[in-house]
Amino acid sequence: MIRFFDNPVHLGLAIVIGLLMAASFIVFLLQKLNQNGDYKELSDRVKSWWVMVGVFSIALLSSPVISVIFFGLISFLAFKEYISVIPLRKADRRVLFWAYLTIPIQYVLVASNQYGLFIVFIPVWVFFLLPFRLILAKQTDGFLQSVSAISWGLMITVFAVSHAAMLMQFPVTKDHVAGGAGLILFLAILNQGNDVAQYVWGKLLGKNKIVPDVSPNKTWEGFLGGVGTTMVMSVLLYSFLTPFSFIFALFIGAMLALTGFIGDVTFSAMKRDLKIKDAGALIPGHGGILDRIDSLSLSAPLFFHIVRFFYY
Amino acid sequence: MEQKIHNILRWFFYGVVVRPILLLILGFNARHMERLKPRGAHLIAANHNSHLDAMVLMSLFKLCDLPKVKVVAAKDYFCRTPLMAWFSINVIGVIPIDRQGGADNPIQPVIDALEEGYTVIIFPEGSRGDPEQQAPLKYGVTKVLEAHPDVQITPVYMHGLGKALPRGEALLVPFVCEINIGEPITWHGDRAKLIDSLAASFAHLKSEMEVKPWQ
Repeated sequence: MIRFFDNPVHLGLAIVIGLLMAASFIVFLLQKLNQNGDYKELSDRVKSWWVMVGVFSIALLSSPVISVIFFGLISFLAFKEYISVIPLRKADRRVLFWAYLTIPIQYVLVASNQYGLFIVFIPVWVFFLLPFRLILAKQTDGFLQSVSAISWGLMITVFAVSHAAMLMQFPVTKDHVAGGAGLILFLAILNQGNDVAQYVWGKLLGKNKIVPDVSPNKTWEGFLGGVGTTMVMSVLLYSFLTPFSFIFALFIGAMLALTGFIGDVTFSAMKRDLKIKDAGALIPGHGGILDRIDSLSLSAPLFFHIVRFFYY
Repeated sequence: MEQKIHNILRWFFYGVVVRPILLLILGFNARHMERLKPRGAHLIAANHNSHLDAMVLMSLFKLCDLPKVKVVAAKDYFCRTPLMAWFSINVIGVIPIDRQGGADNPIQPVIDALEEGYTVIIFPEGSRGDPEQQAPLKYGVTKVLEAHPDVQITPVYMHGLGKALPRGEALLVPFVCEINIGEPITWHGDRAKLIDSLAASFAHLKSEMEVKPWQ
Protein backbone atom coordinates (compact mmCIF):
# COMPACT_ATOMS: atom_id res chain seq x y z
CA MET A 1 0.00 0.00 0.00
CA ILE A 2 2.65 2.46 1.04
CA ARG A 3 4.53 1.84 -2.19
CA PHE A 4 1.75 3.59 -4.13
CA PHE A 5 2.45 6.79 -2.22
CA ASP A 6 5.94 8.25 -2.43
CA ASN A 7 4.99 10.78 0.20
CA PRO A 8 3.48 9.30 3.39
CA VAL A 9 1.55 12.55 3.89
CA HIS A 10 -0.38 11.77 0.69
CA LEU A 11 -1.28 8.37 2.13
CA GLY A 12 -2.45 9.99 5.38
CA LEU A 13 -4.63 12.48 3.49
CA ALA A 14 -5.98 9.68 1.28
CA ILE A 15 -7.09 7.83 4.44
CA VAL A 16 -8.84 10.95 5.73
CA ILE A 17 -10.61 11.46 2.40
CA GLY A 18 -11.63 7.79 2.41
CA LEU A 19 -13.15 8.21 5.89
CA LEU A 20 -14.99 11.34 4.76
CA MET A 21 -16.42 9.51 1.75
CA ALA A 22 -17.64 6.81 4.12
CA ALA A 23 -19.19 9.47 6.38
CA SER A 24 -20.93 11.15 3.42
CA PHE A 25 -22.24 7.76 2.28
CA ILE A 26 -23.61 6.97 5.76
CA VAL A 27 -25.36 10.36 5.93
CA PHE A 28 -26.78 9.74 2.44
CA LEU A 29 -28.08 6.31 3.52
CA LEU A 30 -29.59 7.73 6.72
CA GLN A 31 -31.43 10.38 4.71
CA LYS A 32 -32.72 7.75 2.23
CA LEU A 33 -33.77 5.19 4.85
CA ASN A 34 -35.37 7.59 7.27
CA GLN A 35 -37.16 10.30 5.28
CA ASN A 36 -38.66 11.84 8.42
CA GLY A 37 -35.37 12.18 10.30
CA ASP A 38 -33.70 15.57 10.55
CA TYR A 39 -30.13 15.14 9.39
CA LYS A 40 -29.53 18.74 8.36
CA GLU A 41 -26.95 19.43 11.08
CA LEU A 42 -25.17 16.12 10.51
CA SER A 43 -25.11 16.69 6.77
CA ASP A 44 -23.89 20.30 7.26
CA ARG A 45 -21.16 18.98 9.52
CA VAL A 46 -19.92 16.46 6.97
CA LYS A 47 -20.02 19.05 4.17
CA SER A 48 -18.01 21.44 6.34
CA TRP A 49 -15.53 18.63 7.00
CA TRP A 50 -14.98 18.32 3.25
CA VAL A 51 -14.20 22.03 3.00
CA MET A 52 -11.92 21.95 6.05
CA VAL A 53 -10.03 18.88 4.82
CA GLY A 54 -9.73 20.43 1.36
CA VAL A 55 -8.27 23.69 2.67
CA PHE A 56 -6.03 21.83 5.13
CA SER A 57 -4.70 19.52 2.40
CA ILE A 58 -3.81 22.44 0.16
CA ALA A 59 -2.14 24.19 3.09
CA LEU A 60 -0.15 21.09 3.97
CA LEU A 61 0.93 20.06 0.49
CA SER A 62 1.55 23.33 -1.37
CA SER A 63 4.51 24.91 0.41
CA PRO A 64 5.77 25.59 3.95
CA VAL A 65 4.98 29.30 3.55
CA ILE A 66 1.36 28.54 2.64
CA SER A 67 1.10 26.24 5.69
CA VAL A 68 2.32 29.04 7.94
CA ILE A 69 -0.13 31.52 6.37
CA PHE A 70 -2.91 28.96 6.86
CA PHE A 71 -2.23 28.63 10.59
CA GLY A 72 -1.77 32.41 10.87
CA LEU A 73 -5.20 32.86 9.34
CA ILE A 74 -6.67 30.39 11.83
CA SER A 75 -5.10 32.39 14.66
CA PHE A 76 -6.49 35.63 13.25
CA LEU A 77 -10.02 34.27 12.82
CA ALA A 78 -9.95 32.59 16.24
CA PHE A 79 -8.66 35.71 18.02
CA LYS A 80 -11.26 37.85 16.26
CA GLU A 81 -14.03 35.47 17.33
CA TYR A 82 -12.65 35.45 20.86
CA ILE A 83 -12.54 39.22 21.34
CA SER A 84 -15.98 39.53 19.75
CA VAL A 85 -17.62 37.35 22.42
CA ILE A 86 -15.78 38.41 25.59
CA PRO A 87 -16.64 41.52 27.62
CA LEU A 88 -14.11 44.29 26.99
CA ARG A 89 -13.90 48.03 27.56
CA LYS A 90 -14.01 50.79 24.97
CA ALA A 91 -10.54 51.74 26.17
CA ASP A 92 -9.22 48.35 25.05
CA ARG A 93 -10.02 48.97 21.37
CA ARG A 94 -6.65 50.32 20.35
CA VAL A 95 -4.86 47.82 22.57
CA LEU A 96 -6.60 45.06 20.61
CA PHE A 97 -5.12 46.46 17.41
CA TRP A 98 -1.65 45.90 18.89
CA ALA A 99 -2.72 42.46 20.06
CA TYR A 100 -3.63 41.61 16.46
CA LEU A 101 -0.14 42.65 15.35
CA THR A 102 1.38 39.84 17.40
CA ILE A 103 -0.11 37.36 14.90
CA PRO A 104 2.04 38.27 11.85
CA ILE A 105 5.11 38.61 14.07
CA GLN A 106 4.61 35.21 15.69
CA TYR A 107 4.14 33.51 12.31
CA VAL A 108 7.12 35.24 10.75
CA LEU A 109 9.12 33.72 13.61
CA VAL A 110 7.60 30.33 12.72
CA ALA A 111 8.37 30.71 9.02
CA SER A 112 11.96 31.75 9.69
CA ASN A 113 12.40 28.95 12.24
CA GLN A 114 13.50 31.34 15.00
CA TYR A 115 12.68 28.90 17.79
CA GLY A 116 14.26 30.97 20.57
CA LEU A 117 12.20 34.08 19.84
CA PHE A 118 9.13 32.10 18.82
CA ILE A 119 8.91 30.51 22.25
CA VAL A 120 9.37 33.74 24.25
CA PHE A 121 7.77 36.39 22.06
CA ILE A 122 4.26 36.14 23.53
CA PRO A 123 4.97 34.76 27.04
CA VAL A 124 7.83 37.24 27.67
CA TRP A 125 7.68 40.26 25.37
CA VAL A 126 3.95 40.62 24.77
CA PHE A 127 3.35 39.66 28.40
CA PHE A 128 5.43 42.70 29.32
CA LEU A 129 4.23 45.14 26.67
CA LEU A 130 0.49 44.45 26.62
CA PRO A 131 -0.24 45.63 30.19
CA PHE A 132 1.91 48.68 29.50
CA ARG A 133 -0.12 49.53 26.40
CA LEU A 134 -3.27 49.04 28.49
CA ILE A 135 -1.97 51.53 31.06
CA LEU A 136 -1.59 54.07 28.25
CA ALA A 137 -5.32 53.66 27.64
CA LYS A 138 -5.70 55.53 30.96
CA GLN A 139 -8.52 53.55 32.51
CA THR A 140 -7.85 51.45 35.60
CA ASP A 141 -11.44 50.28 36.09
CA GLY A 142 -11.53 46.74 34.77
CA PHE A 143 -7.78 46.78 34.01
CA LEU A 144 -7.14 43.32 35.45
CA GLN A 145 -10.13 41.83 33.65
CA SER A 146 -8.96 43.22 30.31
CA VAL A 147 -5.28 42.36 30.67
CA SER A 148 -6.08 38.78 31.69
CA ALA A 149 -8.73 38.25 29.02
CA ILE A 150 -6.54 39.58 26.19
CA SER A 151 -3.45 37.71 27.39
CA TRP A 152 -5.33 34.41 27.71
CA GLY A 153 -6.81 34.92 24.24
CA LEU A 154 -3.38 35.53 22.71
CA MET A 155 -1.93 32.48 24.44
CA ILE A 156 -4.71 30.21 23.22
CA THR A 157 -5.38 31.53 19.74
CA VAL A 158 -1.89 32.68 18.72
CA PHE A 159 0.84 31.14 20.88
CA ALA A 160 -0.78 27.70 21.14
CA VAL A 161 -1.98 27.47 17.52
CA SER A 162 1.40 28.60 16.20
CA HIS A 163 2.91 25.45 17.76
CA ALA A 164 0.96 23.38 15.24
CA ALA A 165 2.61 25.41 12.47
CA MET A 166 6.03 25.15 14.14
CA LEU A 167 5.82 21.35 13.79
CA MET A 168 6.50 22.03 10.09
CA GLN A 169 10.08 22.94 11.01
CA PHE A 170 10.95 19.45 12.25
CA PRO A 171 13.26 18.17 9.52
CA VAL A 172 12.76 15.32 7.09
CA THR A 173 15.24 12.52 7.86
CA LYS A 174 16.06 9.21 6.20
CA ASP A 175 13.98 7.30 8.73
CA HIS A 176 11.19 9.85 8.89
CA VAL A 177 10.42 11.01 5.35
CA ALA A 178 7.06 12.54 6.31
CA GLY A 179 8.87 15.29 8.27
CA GLY A 180 7.00 18.13 9.96
CA ALA A 181 4.02 17.88 7.61
CA GLY A 182 3.57 14.27 8.75
CA LEU A 183 3.53 15.37 12.40
CA ILE A 184 0.98 18.13 11.69
CA LEU A 185 -1.25 15.64 9.88
CA PHE A 186 -0.83 13.08 12.68
CA LEU A 187 -1.77 15.68 15.32
CA ALA A 188 -4.75 16.93 13.29
CA ILE A 189 -6.14 13.44 12.60
CA LEU A 190 -5.76 12.26 16.20
CA ASN A 191 -7.11 15.47 17.68
CA GLN A 192 -10.11 15.91 15.39
CA GLY A 193 -10.68 12.13 15.28
CA ASN A 194 -10.75 12.09 19.08
CA ASP A 195 -13.41 14.84 19.08
CA VAL A 196 -15.56 12.82 16.70
CA ALA A 197 -14.92 9.53 18.54
CA GLN A 198 -15.79 11.00 21.95
CA TYR A 199 -18.98 12.42 20.44
CA VAL A 200 -19.97 9.16 18.73
CA TRP A 201 -19.17 6.90 21.73
CA GLY A 202 -21.01 9.34 23.98
CA LYS A 203 -24.08 9.21 21.72
CA LEU A 204 -23.98 5.41 21.54
CA LEU A 205 -23.19 4.45 25.13
CA GLY A 206 -23.08 7.66 27.16
CA LYS A 207 -24.63 7.41 30.62
CA ASN A 208 -22.33 8.68 33.37
CA LYS A 209 -21.58 12.36 33.10
CA ILE A 210 -18.03 13.53 33.80
CA VAL A 211 -18.45 17.29 34.25
CA PRO A 212 -22.22 17.95 34.29
CA ASP A 213 -21.72 21.54 35.50
CA VAL A 214 -19.55 22.49 32.55
CA SER A 215 -20.49 20.27 29.64
CA PRO A 216 -23.57 18.07 30.18
CA ASN A 217 -22.95 16.04 27.01
CA LYS A 218 -19.56 14.72 28.12
CA THR A 219 -19.71 11.20 29.55
CA TRP A 220 -17.20 8.69 30.88
CA GLU A 221 -18.25 6.26 28.13
CA GLY A 222 -17.61 8.88 25.43
CA PHE A 223 -14.29 9.89 26.95
CA LEU A 224 -12.97 6.32 27.39
CA GLY A 225 -14.24 5.33 23.94
CA GLY A 226 -12.35 8.35 22.59
CA VAL A 227 -9.16 7.36 24.40
CA GLY A 228 -9.36 3.83 22.98
CA THR A 229 -10.17 4.99 19.45
CA THR A 230 -7.42 7.62 19.46
CA MET A 231 -4.86 5.07 20.66
CA VAL A 232 -5.90 2.76 17.81
CA MET A 233 -5.61 5.65 15.30
CA SER A 234 -2.17 6.45 16.69
CA VAL A 235 -1.00 2.85 16.29
CA LEU A 236 -2.31 2.73 12.72
CA LEU A 237 -0.66 5.99 11.65
CA TYR A 238 2.57 6.39 13.62
CA SER A 239 4.75 4.16 11.45
CA PHE A 240 4.56 6.31 8.33
CA LEU A 241 3.68 9.78 9.68
CA THR A 242 5.96 10.03 12.73
CA PRO A 243 9.36 8.93 14.00
CA PHE A 244 7.71 7.43 17.13
CA SER A 245 8.17 3.98 18.65
CA PHE A 246 5.15 1.74 19.24
CA ILE A 247 5.07 2.44 22.99
CA PHE A 248 5.42 6.19 22.42
CA ALA A 249 2.58 6.06 19.85
CA LEU A 250 0.30 4.39 22.41
CA PHE A 251 1.24 6.99 24.99
CA ILE A 252 0.74 9.92 22.58
CA GLY A 253 -2.66 8.56 21.55
CA ALA A 254 -3.83 8.47 25.16
CA MET A 255 -2.29 11.86 25.89
CA LEU A 256 -3.93 13.58 22.91
CA ALA A 257 -7.32 12.10 23.87
CA LEU A 258 -6.92 13.46 27.39
CA THR A 259 -5.59 16.90 26.40
CA GLY A 260 -8.23 17.16 23.68
CA PHE A 261 -10.92 16.48 26.25
CA ILE A 262 -9.46 19.06 28.63
CA GLY A 263 -9.23 21.64 25.84
CA ASP A 264 -12.81 20.96 24.90
CA VAL A 265 -14.20 21.41 28.42
CA THR A 266 -12.00 24.48 29.00
CA PHE A 267 -13.74 26.22 26.12
CA SER A 268 -17.10 24.86 27.27
CA ALA A 269 -16.48 26.50 30.64
CA MET A 270 -15.61 29.79 28.93
CA LYS A 271 -18.73 29.67 26.75
CA ARG A 272 -20.87 28.77 29.74
CA ASP A 273 -19.42 31.75 31.62
CA LEU A 274 -20.26 34.01 28.67
CA LYS A 275 -23.70 32.35 28.32
CA ILE A 276 -23.23 31.56 24.65
CA LYS A 277 -23.64 28.26 22.82
CA ASP A 278 -21.12 28.72 20.02
CA ALA A 279 -18.33 31.25 19.63
CA GLY A 280 -19.35 32.00 16.04
CA ALA A 281 -21.08 30.74 12.93
CA LEU A 282 -18.26 30.53 10.41
CA ILE A 283 -18.43 26.77 9.87
CA PRO A 284 -21.96 25.43 9.16
CA GLY A 285 -22.87 22.62 11.60
CA HIS A 286 -19.81 23.24 13.78
CA GLY A 287 -20.21 26.80 15.06
CA GLY A 288 -17.25 29.14 14.95
CA ILE A 289 -13.61 28.42 14.30
CA LEU A 290 -12.97 28.54 18.06
CA ASP A 291 -15.51 25.75 18.54
CA ARG A 292 -13.56 23.62 16.05
CA ILE A 293 -10.03 24.27 17.30
CA ASP A 294 -10.76 24.37 21.03
CA SER A 295 -9.20 20.97 21.73
CA LEU A 296 -6.40 21.45 19.17
CA SER A 297 -5.11 24.74 20.51
CA LEU A 298 -4.50 23.35 24.00
CA SER A 299 -3.02 20.07 22.72
CA ALA A 300 -0.67 21.51 20.09
CA PRO A 301 1.99 22.99 22.45
CA LEU A 302 2.03 19.85 24.61
CA PHE A 303 2.39 17.62 21.57
CA PHE A 304 5.10 19.88 20.12
CA HIS A 305 7.20 19.97 23.27
CA ILE A 306 6.94 16.30 24.11
CA VAL A 307 7.94 15.37 20.54
CA ARG A 308 10.75 17.91 20.57
CA PHE A 309 12.06 16.58 23.89
CA PHE A 310 12.12 12.94 22.86
CA TYR A 311 12.86 13.04 19.13
CA TYR A 312 14.55 16.26 17.99
CA MET B 1 -24.82 52.20 -21.81
CA GLU B 2 -23.54 54.43 -19.01
CA GLN B 3 -25.82 52.58 -16.60
CA LYS B 4 -24.27 49.28 -17.71
CA ILE B 5 -20.76 50.54 -17.01
CA HIS B 6 -21.86 51.71 -13.59
CA ASN B 7 -23.36 48.30 -12.86
CA ILE B 8 -20.16 46.53 -13.90
CA LEU B 9 -18.11 48.88 -11.73
CA ARG B 10 -20.46 48.21 -8.84
CA TRP B 11 -20.21 44.44 -9.25
CA PHE B 12 -16.44 44.75 -9.31
CA PHE B 13 -16.38 47.14 -6.35
CA TYR B 14 -18.56 44.96 -4.12
CA GLY B 15 -17.75 41.50 -5.46
CA VAL B 16 -13.98 41.82 -5.78
CA VAL B 17 -13.04 44.58 -3.35
CA VAL B 18 -15.55 45.30 -0.58
CA ARG B 19 -17.07 41.92 0.14
CA PRO B 20 -13.87 39.83 0.30
CA ILE B 21 -12.17 42.46 2.48
CA LEU B 22 -15.14 42.78 4.84
CA LEU B 23 -15.53 38.99 5.05
CA LEU B 24 -11.88 38.49 5.92
CA ILE B 25 -11.31 41.46 8.21
CA LEU B 26 -14.68 41.48 9.94
CA GLY B 27 -16.76 38.47 9.05
CA PHE B 28 -20.54 38.50 9.32
CA ASN B 29 -22.74 36.38 11.49
CA ALA B 30 -26.09 36.99 9.79
CA ARG B 31 -29.45 35.55 10.80
CA HIS B 32 -32.57 35.30 8.63
CA MET B 33 -30.72 36.22 5.45
CA GLU B 34 -33.68 34.92 3.43
CA ARG B 35 -35.67 37.97 4.58
CA LEU B 36 -33.28 40.31 2.79
CA LYS B 37 -34.16 40.46 -0.87
CA PRO B 38 -34.95 43.33 -3.19
CA ARG B 39 -38.64 43.35 -4.01
CA GLY B 40 -39.21 46.49 -6.01
CA ALA B 41 -39.88 49.65 -4.04
CA HIS B 42 -38.94 48.66 -0.50
CA LEU B 43 -37.23 50.17 2.52
CA ILE B 44 -34.50 48.54 4.60
CA ALA B 45 -34.17 50.28 7.98
CA ALA B 46 -30.92 49.69 9.86
CA ASN B 47 -29.37 51.00 13.05
CA HIS B 48 -26.37 53.25 12.46
CA ASN B 49 -23.01 52.80 14.18
CA SER B 50 -20.24 53.26 11.69
CA HIS B 51 -19.21 54.50 8.25
CA LEU B 52 -19.01 50.82 7.37
CA ASP B 53 -22.77 50.28 7.83
CA ALA B 54 -23.71 51.31 4.29
CA MET B 55 -21.14 49.07 2.63
CA VAL B 56 -21.84 46.10 4.89
CA LEU B 57 -25.57 46.31 4.17
CA MET B 58 -24.94 46.64 0.43
CA SER B 59 -22.61 43.63 0.41
CA LEU B 60 -25.26 41.47 2.07
CA PHE B 61 -27.23 41.52 -1.19
CA LYS B 62 -26.53 39.11 -4.02
CA LEU B 63 -24.33 40.70 -6.69
CA CYS B 64 -27.09 40.36 -9.30
CA ASP B 65 -29.50 42.28 -7.03
CA LEU B 66 -27.11 45.17 -6.35
CA PRO B 67 -28.22 47.40 -9.27
CA LYS B 68 -31.69 47.48 -7.69
CA VAL B 69 -30.46 48.66 -4.25
CA LYS B 70 -29.44 52.11 -3.07
CA VAL B 71 -28.29 53.37 0.31
CA VAL B 72 -28.94 56.73 1.93
CA ALA B 73 -25.82 58.59 3.09
CA ALA B 74 -24.74 62.06 4.20
CA LYS B 75 -24.04 64.37 1.26
CA ASP B 76 -21.43 66.39 3.16
CA TYR B 77 -19.37 63.24 3.77
CA PHE B 78 -19.81 61.16 0.64
CA CYS B 79 -19.87 64.02 -1.88
CA ARG B 80 -16.94 66.14 -0.65
CA THR B 81 -15.36 66.33 -4.10
CA PRO B 82 -16.95 65.90 -7.54
CA LEU B 83 -14.97 62.66 -8.03
CA MET B 84 -16.14 61.24 -4.69
CA ALA B 85 -19.69 62.28 -5.51
CA TRP B 86 -19.52 60.45 -8.84
CA PHE B 87 -18.04 57.36 -7.21
CA SER B 88 -20.49 57.37 -4.28
CA ILE B 89 -23.58 57.81 -6.42
CA ASN B 90 -22.72 55.52 -9.33
CA VAL B 91 -20.46 52.86 -7.87
CA ILE B 92 -21.27 52.61 -4.15
CA GLY B 93 -24.94 53.25 -4.86
CA VAL B 94 -25.42 56.19 -2.51
CA ILE B 95 -28.45 58.49 -2.38
CA PRO B 96 -26.88 61.67 -0.98
CA ILE B 97 -28.98 63.42 1.65
CA ASP B 98 -28.42 67.06 2.47
CA ARG B 99 -28.24 67.24 6.27
CA GLN B 100 -27.70 70.99 6.40
CA GLY B 101 -31.29 71.54 5.39
CA GLY B 102 -30.51 73.38 2.17
CA ALA B 103 -33.18 71.53 0.23
CA ASP B 104 -36.88 72.02 0.93
CA ASN B 105 -37.43 68.35 1.57
CA PRO B 106 -34.20 66.52 2.39
CA ILE B 107 -35.77 63.09 1.94
CA GLN B 108 -37.21 63.83 -1.52
CA PRO B 109 -34.41 61.77 -3.19
CA VAL B 110 -35.56 58.70 -1.23
CA ILE B 111 -39.14 59.21 -2.41
CA ASP B 112 -37.87 59.56 -5.98
CA ALA B 113 -35.79 56.36 -5.76
CA LEU B 114 -38.79 54.39 -4.48
CA GLU B 115 -40.77 55.85 -7.37
CA GLU B 116 -38.21 54.28 -9.71
CA GLY B 117 -38.62 50.90 -8.00
CA TYR B 118 -35.39 50.79 -5.98
CA THR B 119 -34.92 49.04 -2.66
CA VAL B 120 -33.55 51.81 -0.42
CA ILE B 121 -31.47 51.32 2.74
CA ILE B 122 -32.17 54.01 5.32
CA PHE B 123 -30.95 54.78 8.84
CA PRO B 124 -33.94 56.03 10.85
CA GLU B 125 -31.67 57.21 13.68
CA GLY B 126 -30.27 59.85 11.34
CA SER B 127 -26.57 60.56 11.77
CA ARG B 128 -24.45 57.99 13.57
CA GLY B 129 -25.02 58.13 17.28
CA ASP B 130 -22.63 57.00 19.97
CA PRO B 131 -21.33 53.64 18.87
CA GLU B 132 -23.65 50.76 19.77
CA GLN B 133 -26.03 53.13 21.58
CA GLN B 134 -29.30 53.24 19.77
CA ALA B 135 -30.47 56.82 19.22
CA PRO B 136 -34.20 57.67 19.20
CA LEU B 137 -35.75 56.99 15.80
CA LYS B 138 -36.57 60.06 13.75
CA TYR B 139 -39.74 60.75 11.86
CA GLY B 140 -38.14 61.21 8.44
CA VAL B 141 -39.02 57.65 7.53
CA THR B 142 -42.73 58.31 8.06
CA LYS B 143 -42.60 61.21 5.59
CA VAL B 144 -41.31 58.79 2.99
CA LEU B 145 -44.13 56.37 3.79
CA GLU B 146 -46.75 59.09 3.52
CA ALA B 147 -45.62 59.54 -0.07
CA HIS B 148 -45.51 55.77 -0.68
CA PRO B 149 -48.10 54.20 1.67
CA ASP B 150 -47.81 50.69 0.23
CA VAL B 151 -44.03 50.40 0.68
CA GLN B 152 -42.96 47.99 3.44
CA ILE B 153 -39.94 48.34 5.77
CA THR B 154 -37.57 45.49 6.63
CA PRO B 155 -35.67 46.24 9.86
CA VAL B 156 -32.02 45.17 10.13
CA TYR B 157 -30.10 45.25 13.40
CA MET B 158 -26.30 45.24 13.32
CA HIS B 159 -23.81 44.92 16.13
CA GLY B 160 -20.03 45.08 16.10
CA LEU B 161 -19.33 47.68 13.42
CA GLY B 162 -19.42 50.43 16.03
CA LYS B 163 -16.66 48.55 17.83
CA ALA B 164 -14.67 47.94 14.65
CA LEU B 165 -14.79 51.51 13.33
CA PRO B 166 -16.71 53.97 15.54
CA ARG B 167 -17.31 57.61 14.74
CA GLY B 168 -14.19 59.76 14.88
CA GLU B 169 -11.82 56.78 14.65
CA ALA B 170 -9.64 56.09 11.64
CA LEU B 171 -8.13 52.85 12.96
CA LEU B 172 -10.12 49.75 12.09
CA VAL B 173 -9.97 46.93 14.64
CA PRO B 174 -11.44 43.62 13.44
CA PHE B 175 -14.59 42.47 15.22
CA VAL B 176 -17.16 39.95 14.04
CA CYS B 177 -20.28 41.76 12.86
CA GLU B 178 -23.61 40.34 14.06
CA ILE B 179 -26.56 41.01 11.77
CA ASN B 180 -30.19 40.12 12.33
CA ILE B 181 -32.95 40.74 9.79
CA GLY B 182 -36.59 41.15 10.81
CA GLU B 183 -40.00 40.65 9.23
CA PRO B 184 -41.28 43.49 7.03
CA ILE B 185 -43.40 46.17 8.69
CA THR B 186 -46.42 47.69 6.94
CA TRP B 187 -47.45 51.37 7.14
CA HIS B 188 -50.92 51.96 8.59
CA GLY B 189 -51.01 55.75 8.42
CA ASP B 190 -49.97 56.44 12.01
CA ARG B 191 -46.55 58.01 12.49
CA ALA B 192 -46.10 57.22 16.19
CA LYS B 193 -47.32 53.65 15.71
CA LEU B 194 -44.82 53.00 12.92
CA ILE B 195 -41.92 54.39 14.94
CA ASP B 196 -43.03 52.24 17.90
CA SER B 197 -43.23 49.04 15.89
CA LEU B 198 -39.87 49.77 14.26
CA ALA B 199 -38.27 50.36 17.68
CA ALA B 200 -39.92 47.20 19.02
CA SER B 201 -38.61 45.22 16.07
CA PHE B 202 -35.06 46.53 16.63
CA ALA B 203 -35.29 45.58 20.31
CA HIS B 204 -36.50 42.09 19.42
CA LEU B 205 -33.76 41.58 16.80
CA LYS B 206 -31.19 42.72 19.35
CA SER B 207 -32.50 40.31 21.98
CA GLU B 208 -32.18 37.38 19.54
CA MET B 209 -28.44 37.97 19.19
CA GLU B 210 -25.59 37.53 21.61
CA VAL B 211 -24.60 41.17 21.79
CA LYS B 212 -21.50 42.12 23.79
CA PRO B 213 -21.48 45.88 24.29
CA TRP B 214 -18.45 47.66 25.74
CA GLN B 215 -18.25 47.22 29.49
